[in-house]
Amino acid sequence: MKPQPIALKVLNVVSVLLFLAALGMVFLYAPLEATMNYVQKIFYFHIANAWVGMLGFIAAAVAGVVYLVRHDQKWDIVELAAVEISLVFFLIVILAGSIWARPTWGAYWTWEPRLTTAAILEMVYIAYLLLRQGIDDPDRRARFSAVYTLVGAISVPITFLSIRLFRTIHPVVIGTNSAASQGGFDMTSKMLATMFFALFTFSIIFANLFWHRIRLGQLAQQVEQLKLEEIQ
Amino acid sequence: MIAYATSIKYMLAGYALILIVLALYLVSLVIRWRNLKRDLRILKEIQKKSN
Repeated sequence: MKPQPIALKVLNVVSVLLFLAALGMVFLYAPLEATMNYVQKIFYFHIANAWVGMLGFIAAAVAGVVYLVRHDQKWDIVELAAVEISLVFFLIVILAGSIWARPTWGAYWTWEPRLTTAAILEMVYIAYLLLRQGIDDPDRRARFSAVYTLVGAISVPITFLSIRLFRTIHPVVIGTNSAASQGGFDMTSKMLATMFFALFTFSIIFANLFWHRIRLGQLAQQVEQLKLEEIQ
Repeated sequence: MIAYATSIKYMLAGYALILIVLALYLVSLVIRWRNLKRDLRILKEIQKKSN
């Protein structure tokens, strides 16, 4: 396996710097919200993680389609990398959202449409990882995974649209809130700038982790290939 | 309005959790990378010996 390319090393440094800058903007630049005050600051990383989480699940579905067309194992590696990283980001969304919900809604968890669809989305892709491990043949595993990510991707728009289609207490950031929503707020220009900076930062972090995870997948493929050769 | 002390407590908990999850994932990437490198080295040695 080749050592890290210079571009990846640069991306590592840029990711760390952006992450620190985003933290700085959240804590030092973004103003306090009038009703929720400090806890509202979770919002910036909550929404940024949701963005990259959903982006990754869609990217995995695209990689799945490309695999089904080309039957090239490298797309299976790309697909797995996208799913795994998105699972981590989406786990952060759910956990950080629960912590934000406790003082805002009075409960860590409630089975309302957004939280329910988000939990289902996370479980769909956890199942993907578990089921993959049960298939030894690389081609069969890749074919199954490609179809699974395609079907699983249906849960992404359902989760995204759930707060717009159903009566829910989860606030909508862009668009009209449901009458039942709690914890919504009007964003000032500084809040908007912080939100977009966090979105940009996590997009770069996603790209960085994605690259690392693909390299890990390539190494795993190399090891698997050698093991198969040893058995034969 | 949420009390400042309560609000700060939950904000810190939220960000601590974000950092912990990200750190754990990074550690898992490093550990898996090292393990695979070790496996690769061992497999290549076995292959060399059998040849």
